[in-house]
Amino acid sequence: MVWVNAIIQGILTGGLYALFACGLSLMFGVMKVVNLAHGDLAVVGGYVALGVIAVTHIPVLWSFVIVVPVMAAGGYVLQRTVIQAALDRGVLTTLIVTFGLSVVIENALLQFINANSHSLGVGNAIITDSFSIGSHIQIAYLLLLIFAVAVVVLLGLQSFLSASRYGRMIRAVADDKEAAQLSGIDYRHVFGIAAAIAFGTVALAGIGYGMYSQFSPTTGTDTILLFAFAAVVIGGLGSLWGTLLGGVVLGVAQQIGSQINVSDQVLAGYIVFLLVLILRPQGLTSRRAQS
Amino acid sequence: MTIAAETNVRSAENYRVTRSRRNVAWTGLGALVVVVVLALFPYIVYAGTTTIMVQGFIILTLASMWNLLAGYAGLVSVGQQAFVGLGAYFVLILALHGMSPFAALPVAAIGCGVAALPLWWLVSRLRSGYFAIATWVLAATVMLFIEKFSSIGGGTGMPLPGVTGYSPTLLTADTYWAGLAVTVIALAAVYLLLRGRLGLVLTAIRDDEVAARSSGARVGLARLLVFVVAGIGCGAAGGVLAISQLQVQPGAVFSVQWTAEMAFAVIIGGIGTIEGPILGTIVYIVLQQTLQSYNAWYLIILGLVAIVIALFARRGLWGLIDDHLHIRLFPVGYWLWAPGSGGRRGLRGLGRGGGKHS
Repeated sequence: MVWVNAIIQGILTGGLYALFACGLSLMFGVMKVVNLAHGDLAVVGGYVALGVIAVTHIPVLWSFVIVVPVMAAGGYVLQRTVIQAALDRGVLTTLIVTFGLSVVIENALLQFINANSHSLGVGNAIITDSFSIGSHIQIAYLLLLIFAVAVVVLLGLQSFLSASRYGRMIRAVADDKEAAQLSGIDYRHVFGIAAAIAFGTVALAGIGYGMYSQFSPTTGTDTILLFAFAAVVIGGLGSLWGTLLGGVVLGVAQQIGSQINVSDQVLAGYIVFLLVLILRPQGLTSRRAQS
Repeated sequence: MTIAAETNVRSAENYRVTRSRRNVAWTGLGALVVVVVLALFPYIVYAGTTTIMVQGFIILTLASMWNLLAGYAGLVSVGQQAFVGLGAYFVLILALHGMSPFAALPVAAIGCGVAALPLWWLVSRLRSGYFAIATWVLAATVMLFIEKFSSIGGGTGMPLPGVTGYSPTLLTADTYWAGLAVTVIALAAVYLLLRGRLGLVLTAIRDDEVAARSSGARVGLARLLVFVVAGIGCGAAGGVLAISQLQVQPGAVFSVQWTAEMAFAVIIGGIGTIEGPILGTIVYIVLQQTLQSYNAWYLIILGLVAIVIALFARRGLWGLIDDHLHIRLFPVGYWLWAPGSGGRRGLRGLGRGGGKHS
């Protein structure tokens, strides 16, 4: 029964990892940018939520109403300025610039706030509660909520990309930005929108992580970026559902690892990641080889 | 190679092709003098100064390796801290078995080169950004794996044994010489590698990977070689780190901050040149020493400067110097002298990183 419980907990935390990963996946899919600052942005989202809650006293659960638009706007601006400038100069520059951003953000948080861990305490009683199935399985409402949010976000993103006008533009630009430009699409603006969506989802993930666990300035790179990346690779590129599957596989691997030995939780996840890299480098769902 | 043939044709037309505009012998002599003077430092400066310089040697060695990876082989690794940590741990393990840490240093470096082979196998299929994060995950995995062994300190680390008999003065001096030796060997190795055939292959890859492949350049082999050399270099630097700190702590030796520092030193100094990392390391040490009482500020400033340089002066500080003075301390390219003229740049693309990076 403890194993069933571990698997259920793993599936639920996998939702959180998928939420982290979908922004990373989207930015790579559309602009071919591997954003090394992705994890730090989630942490920034968490800190913005802390600030917003301290100032406006809105409930933690509703903080996303302010945080997500703020981060999305920040994403649009960052994409149109720094990241676009880096993109124009090639892959190497993009990597250096996003890595530089990551280090600068992390150390700025250390310098201007502090190294302490923070969490977004949920005052609401029902959400911090859990229900049990049988005697061994306990499911926290919060994790269930985060998982549901992840599924809703992925569903929303999927239908947005396939059905809406902007979704079509994003897909067109991702396929061939010059051809899209010739058809009258300003690809820089579309890139900005894709970045805004990615930053919005990562902010949501940051809030979720803050409610579920604790974050500090170094969480962004130690944990979030690497987990998100592992989820993307395990699931396979270019598929949002693959990302969810990747997150779930990573989560389950971690929970099973922690059942074997509490300190092996993270290592177990990475071992599965490396196994996928060896045995199925294109990921579990994708048929296309990675490039 | 066709280069030799081309050189013959050119010289037949009264063109001359040399490695450098100035006589290489002078630069060689200059380098020798610098190394000798640096070797005498423990006799002439305070121990505090040599300690700072050991830090500089570590960063310079790391930066030269990262430059080889990112500037020449197109491999942006964010996981070089894996080798820094492994180097430190190999020295620790050998010292625990009764070896002198200094004697353990070369063994540890070779060990890191061997460890680079399976790690390369894991990440070699990935390119650019995916390679970058995969190496990062790999470094985290190596650290978590090392932390499982409580006999070498587990998650908290342990002090380095085998140095109890040393007098503090001698230990400081020996550490300094070890750091200097590692750095000189690393720079010489990079220089010789880039002068040779590998340098040509790497330049070809850097300029156009597909064209290089179709011309028969063994791209995969060249990259593997660079990854292994970088593993050895970063491992040696990690060994020096362990000796200079006198303790090995997993969180410290496997910190991604090492990659941040080596990458920033390379970007600021000038990526794709051998001189760039030297200049970048000097900038790094000056910033770090002046801002050391302000905690994380030096990394924030280094990061911002690196971003600005990456965007607006892609060849870094050395690029600016080179543009104005045409100095080449480590000539790995060729200089074409037109008949009767003062010389012009013809084959500058060969073997050095002035051109575009992609």
